[in-house]
Amino acid sequence: MSILINDDTRVLVQGFTGSQATLHSEQAIEYGTNIVGGVTPGKGGKTHLGKPVFDTVQEAVKNVDPNASLIFVPAPFCKDSILEAAESGIKLIICITEGVPTLDMLVVKKRVDELGITLIGPNCPGIITPGKGKMGIMPASIHIPGSIGIISRSGTLTYEAVKQTTDLGMGQSSCVGIGGDPIPGSSFIDILKMFEDDSQTQAIVMVGEIGGSAEEEAGEYIKNHVTKPVISYIAGQTAPAGKRMGHAGAIIAGGKGTASDKIKTLKDCGVHIAENLVDIGSKVAEVLGR
Amino acid sequence: MNLHEYQGKELFNQYNLPVSKGIVIDDPENALKACRDIGGSKWVVKAQVHAGGRGKSGGVILVENPDDAREFAKKWLGKRLVTYQTDVNGQLVNSILIEECTDIASELYLSAVVDRASKKIVFIGSSEGGVNIEEVAANTPDKIIYESIDPLTGAQPFQARKIAKVLGLDPQQTKQFTPMLLNLMKLFVEKDLALLEINPLVITSGGKLHCLDAKINIDSNAIYRQPEIEEMHDSSQEDPRESEAAKNDLSYVSLDGNIGCMVNGAGLAMGTMDTIKFYGGNPANFLDVGGTATQERVAKAFKLILADPEVKVVLVNIFGGIVRCDLIAEGILAAIEEVGVEIPVVVRLEGNNAEIGSQILLESGVKIESKNDLAEAAKKAVELSK
Repeated sequence: MSILINDDTRVLVQGFTGSQATLHSEQAIEYGTNIVGGVTPGKGGKTHLGKPVFDTVQEAVKNVDPNASLIFVPAPFCKDSILEAAESGIKLIICITEGVPTLDMLVVKKRVDELGITLIGPNCPGIITPGKGKMGIMPASIHIPGSIGIISRSGTLTYEAVKQTTDLGMGQSSCVGIGGDPIPGSSFIDILKMFEDDSQTQAIVMVGEIGGSAEEEAGEYIKNHVTKPVISYIAGQTAPAGKRMGHAGAIIAGGKGTASDKIKTLKDCGVHIAENLVDIGSKVAEVLGR
Repeated sequence: MNLHEYQGKELFNQYNLPVSKGIVIDDPENALKACRDIGGSKWVVKAQVHAGGRGKSGGVILVENPDDAREFAKKWLGKRLVTYQTDVNGQLVNSILIEECTDIASELYLSAVVDRASKKIVFIGSSEGGVNIEEVAANTPDKIIYESIDPLTGAQPFQARKIAKVLGLDPQQTKQFTPMLLNLMKLFVEKDLALLEINPLVITSGGKLHCLDAKINIDSNAIYRQPEIEEMHDSSQEDPRESEAAKNDLSYVSLDGNIGCMVNGAGLAMGTMDTIKFYGGNPANFLDVGGTATQERVAKAFKLILADPEVKVVLVNIFGGIVRCDLIAEGILAAIEEVGVEIPVVVRLEGNNAEIGSQILLESGVKIESKNDLAEAAKKAVELSK
């Protein structure tokens, strides 16, 4: 198996004709992802990368029957684009864009939850199932099919974890970047559930960072519901309090959300901790006895 | 983005929230006129900086003579105020708020934040105002109410009545409070706030609710649609290198070590700092060159790092996903040429076009330590920083 992307995934790209969307759609198609078309308002009827372009998601749904959407539109338009995909019946939405206003996400999150939709991101690298397909901006070449599931709030830290597991000969079942914003569409827990239920996944790498309490909540969930080994790395042990470290969500506020608190909670919940960024791969190997 | 108290109160005014009559001055000579225009016989004079704890640090005084307001302004304007919330250098005072004095019967607390766990705006109210709310939460949790607002329905009057109960308001005050709360919610949503705090919210000796302070933080992601708020931005309250970085669309935070860091991606930038620390070194900064780093931006990032006199070595750590390593390599070389780098540079390139990037660096003839392995690169940078 694997999670989120499989052989039946039919991808629509919103903001299809923009430069980033074009670059990453080309790479996704080359990787074997089934991109069935795209949406750019005002460019309906054209063909882009050999795929049909539509003005609205609704038209795309009628004509090419996508079941997943990958969003590259600029931040001011993300709320509209996510809701458009959601109201058109698409059940898996990945939003790559960084800089979406938080209050937009409060409304979006509430609505996609009501509709039973899986939203990943925004401000994320997307998802990949090695050997099957990718919806995102990650460099495909570092991935190999395997049994490690990877979840991360950071794009480049996901790549780091992927590369280290690949270098040690352990591939990945799927990799999910949930994004660095304060209000992500999916939490660690949402993805942990999927990996726990996925027969291909044998161990889970969870890469967290300072800010909020998502790692602590995940720790509680792991303790009670996850039987597979979880290996975690938390970034930001040297981050000062009160400063936003690049990601909108990476801030130690009122003394809460520090790396050391998260690491302590995760350890107490039975999660294996890689203390140093360069040791994620070797920690996984150690836990799996390889 | 933070606002000054007087800017927050301007917004409060726009939303019919009761604030004191006040005038902002940036010249001590305007103090007398300000006091006269406000009227009365007592004034509160407050240094405007982006930090709490002003009262305890001498940044707020009560005067009964306008000359004292002028003396206070003379003393503080152009100086830096150090509070328990600032660093040792403090924050520059470039404006002073003079307000009419309010007679206080009791002090309450009211704030609103975007709560990440519940994914809602949450109002926090307490009958214990004017003190540290974290302490109230720890010692007397029954004196605090947390009221979540549904993002689709918005705040409702019954929620104001619930909060009013915990604040201990009488029926008359509750009537005044209900539209206040709805207006605060309106302000929060219309201006894209991330945090709003009124500490204290007071009951005057006349029994009316009154906002004595205003702390507001705006969601940086939403500034593009808040031109009025953008005008209020005061870069003097920020680290000069951090505001320079922000102008160039780079994410930078100053730290006190001596190893300059240039990294792509916020998570990896934090991870790189931690790795440096792990091997016994100290990072000088957090710097994310971003996903679409152009040669020009990388060059600017380099200049920014080198502007810090503490920096003894620069560690460049790039994992190419969106950004291509050959582009980064060219940026580094362009910056080195432009700025004239005299300190050692350690570069780790990985991912998209990493080999081409390393090749470009090697063939440039510039003295750069090029490592593929992050541990090796970090260890080398730490060694060179000693």
